[in-house]
Amino acid sequence: MVGPVKAEARNFNFYYGQTQALKNINLPVAEHKVTALIGPSGCGKSTLLRSFNRMHDLYPGNRYEGEIMLYPDNVNMIAPKVDPIEVRMRVAMVFQKPNPFPKSVYENVAYGLRVRGEKRKSVLDDRVEQALRNAALWDEVKDRLNDLAFNLSGGQQQRLCIARALAADPEILLFDEPTSALDPIATASIEELVAELRQKVTILIVTHNMQQAARVSDYTAFMYLGELVEFGPTDELFVKPKKKQTEDYITGRFG
Amino acid sequence: MDVRSNRLAEKRLRKIKERLIEFVLFLAALSAVATTTAIVVILLYEAAGFFEHVSLVEFLTNTQWTPMFENPQYGILPLLAGTLVTTGVALAVAVPVGLITAIYLSEFAPHKVRETVKPFLELLEGVPTVVYGYFALLFVTPILQIFMPDLPGFNMLGPGIVIGIMIIPYVSSVSEDAMRAVPMSLREGSYAMGATRFQTAVNVVLPAAFSGVMAAFILGISRAVGETMVVAVAAGQQPNFTWDPREPAATITAYIVQVAMGDLPHGSIAYQSIFAAGLVLVLMTLVFNVIGHLLRRRFREAY
Repeated sequence: MVGPVKAEARNFNFYYGQTQALKNINLPVAEHKVTALIGPSGCGKSTLLRSFNRMHDLYPGNRYEGEIMLYPDNVNMIAPKVDPIEVRMRVAMVFQKPNPFPKSVYENVAYGLRVRGEKRKSVLDDRVEQALRNAALWDEVKDRLNDLAFNLSGGQQQRLCIARALAADPEILLFDEPTSALDPIATASIEELVAELRQKVTILIVTHNMQQAARVSDYTAFMYLGELVEFGPTDELFVKPKKKQTEDYITGRFG
Repeated sequence: MDVRSNRLAEKRLRKIKERLIEFVLFLAALSAVATTTAIVVILLYEAAGFFEHVSLVEFLTNTQWTPMFENPQYGILPLLAGTLVTTGVALAVAVPVGLITAIYLSEFAPHKVRETVKPFLELLEGVPTVVYGYFALLFVTPILQIFMPDLPGFNMLGPGIVIGIMIIPYVSSVSEDAMRAVPMSLREGSYAMGATRFQTAVNVVLPAAFSGVMAAFILGISRAVGETMVVAVAAGQQPNFTWDPREPAATITAYIVQVAMGDLPHGSIAYQSIFAAGLVLVLMTLVFNVIGHLLRRRFREAY
């Protein structure tokens, strides 16, 4: 039911120490589509998202089980022998709260390239401009590239973080409730951007806002208590949910 | 009725009590301000007496400092140079080592290692400075002489290095606190871009902690500039206008302690010269603090 698949969780379990946070998740992520993860707080949607670029490796005591495959490589990204840094070079992430670095606008966007050892000024200039254009931020910041990123507004900072993620040319872009700290206008511009970006990258987005999931995503997965309850095309899942729990959640009966 | 009036009286009493407490607290806060002001006033007053006999130009340009000689010379430059050279050597040791220690403890060290290393660093802080002085004279300098056979027994290099070791804990612990205060979300942002731990520490955490790291450096500089015992013991106590750390010299503090120990007639120029030297010391520390403050404002972080 899904077209070409870019990544896929297979029989995936995740543990914070002794606590099992995710139970036997099977989820395909369609290439160049937006897949949304929805569900009430604590259902494990952010935990699942953060497994896709191995953010959990940063903290001791976390454990993965099962597979998260990356295609076309056909490699299990969470295998211990796979370098998490290599994974993150291909799977970028945008966080809940804008988290620009204490650097200029330009250096924020160039960060991923510098980390990869790119030093040529002309290449950096091109990629920074391209990324800022793709994040719909170029016109607003082109005259203040050397300003400190903290001087931008909240919505601009979040688009800067998107530009930062895009500059390194990732294959998958993870969004962890990217608009929860933003006002409605900034939220609308980020949503518009997410919808546009699917032509360039595969997107997995966590949101607790069901309207947002309905607006931006092609596929939606509903999670509850660490389990994936239902997955399907967004139109179908919201109009005709197959499971009772899904229906209760999207109709606002709990959550 | 009785109960009511009684309550009113109680309230008035409480108000007086609160005023009293506030006043005591105010006195405590005032004591620090008053002490600082008193020190500056006394320094200025005595130094003013000194400058009646010695012109400011001579004080700042003469390259001899010989208050005890028959024909005394009062040029602060030798002492100033001695202070700056030992401080410079100390910083050359303490800044890199302290900063690397802080980066390691904050970003790399497992919990257990950090809890083991920190008490040792604090211990380093607690060693009496006179012990450091003899450590410089009898241990560090002889080792340096193996590599530099011409190095005199008294020199600025040995004590400078030892002062550097002495202030490592100040630099590292304040820097580490600043770096650990950087929110995890910034680190995650960097890791999510495929950065390594080292790249994250140097490119993101360090700049974010800049103001705290700057404060650590200033604290270290102030300690180095004001350090007395180590240089008095191991640098030779000979005012000597030189920028070469291999030579013996005296610092402002070493001179003050040397002269203050002797019997000086109250009110003599030599006596007043201590206050002039002390004033220079206070001004130097003030300048470093102002620079630090400006740098902090310039790079103030805002998460």
